[in-house]
Amino acid sequence: MPEHPEKKTPKTTAEAGIPGAYDGETVTRRRFMTGTAHGAGAVAMAAITVPSIAIGVAPVFDKVEQGWQAVGPTTDFSADTYVPKTFTPTPEVGEVGKSTVYVRKYNDQIDTEPRDEYNTFIAISTRCMHLGCPVRYVSASERFICPCHGGVYDKEGKVGGGPPVRPLDRFYTRVRDGLVEIGPRFSLNSEMQRFSPRDPGQPIDGIGQYIYPARPTVRKLPGS
Amino acid sequence: MPKLKLPVPSNFKAPPKRPSENGHEERGKLAEKGVSAIDWIDERTALSGGARWLMFRKIPRGTNWFYTLGSATLFAFLSQAVTGVFLAMYYDPNATGAYESIRYLTNEVFMGEFVRGMHKWGSTVMVILIFLHMGRTFFYGAYKYPREMNWVIGVALLILTLFMSFTGYLLPFDQRSYWATIVGVAINGTGPLVGPYLSDFMRAGPEFGATTLPRFYAIHMLLLPGIIAALIGAHLYLVARQGTTAPPWLKADKDPDLRRDEA
Repeated sequence: MPEHPEKKTPKTTAEAGIPGAYDGETVTRRRFMTGTAHGAGAVAMAAITVPSIAIGVAPVFDKVEQGWQAVGPTTDFSADTYVPKTFTPTPEVGEVGKSTVYVRKYNDQIDTEPRDEYNTFIAISTRCMHLGCPVRYVSASERFICPCHGGVYDKEGKVGGGPPVRPLDRFYTRVRDGLVEIGPRFSLNSEMQRFSPRDPGQPIDGIGQYIYPARPTVRKLPGS
Repeated sequence: MPKLKLPVPSNFKAPPKRPSENGHEERGKLAEKGVSAIDWIDERTALSGGARWLMFRKIPRGTNWFYTLGSATLFAFLSQAVTGVFLAMYYDPNATGAYESIRYLTNEVFMGEFVRGMHKWGSTVMVILIFLHMGRTFFYGAYKYPREMNWVIGVALLILTLFMSFTGYLLPFDQRSYWATIVGVAINGTGPLVGPYLSDFMRAGPEFGATTLPRFYAIHMLLLPGIIAALIGAHLYLVARQGTTAPPWLKADKDPDLRRDEA
């Protein structure tokens, strides 16, 4: 509306000369109804969309508990070479949920990280740390080899060549009733320090651990 | 005769009958009934004006076969939509049943392999056509004022189509599609800061689990097609409103013919 400098903005609808206005009314009934209807519509839409989007996003915040699974008696494993074992980290999806893990005893000759309750046995994940293809252990060359893009890891799981960005993930292990049990996954930086699990392709040396933060869905065991 | 103006310019209409052609009275009556039915609808919806506006547009001199690539892409999308609806009648979006349902569809169902093949190869055809359509738009300079918004919508459609390809690739649930999705989600996870969370969103958790496949399926067959269909509507509206461009080798400033209005 064009402004007239001498004309003040009316405070009430009665001052503005709107017919049928009540004394002291500041909002016209028409404007009030319009606002109420739009507001009610917005509330109704939000009531539908917000919970719907919430259930879509919810799994990002849900912690997934990883149990312990026995993979064999302690006598199955030596400190010199790996024994492949199958276990089921995601039980609800049938065959797809199965995974291979390479297990051996802690070896003072090659393992540099300190001994604790979780590494009497070393359990190495077959997930390549380039983009997640399955690696296999070639005992003749004592290397883990990835078929997809040529990633190579040494006997300890450290990167020996190719595109992988960090050592192979491991699983916590413990011994119960003479059986070796595989627990939750954790990731390692190049100094073999434990980190909460990261997806393949995410380096966690230096600034990497902040660029690729740990997620609420999986955490390493507290105090390890 | 009814006073309907069919969505046809006057020079397309049949000339008035000659007195010697009176042998077709039956056909004339039938045609009149059809016209009156259309008349009935048009009187209540006034659709003929919109149809005329959409279909009988002026197009510039020099329009050639490359201008059909957009329609070809649209046809590819419609083909994917139709075949997809019927594939969904057989598909079981479940990690333990998906592969078997695809095997049954491919090997047992009459024409199942054919329809699945159309959907599978059609997806590749659609991506190729989109890029050709994009190339035509780019090299003809058709993205310039006032059509920038249509370029942006087109890019959004390209990205959504690639999302369609990615989510659809998992659905057969064989070794290839499973590992391709593992790798694809890992690539997504390398995006700094948000990548890890987006990966959890795509998988519905830290690992490929029971709800991953239904999630990909819902995005593939409900969410993305809805958005794509809406954006195609906007894309076509802008094309009809703004018209198409002449090829760049025709210079409007130098060629008076291009300025002549051939009404």
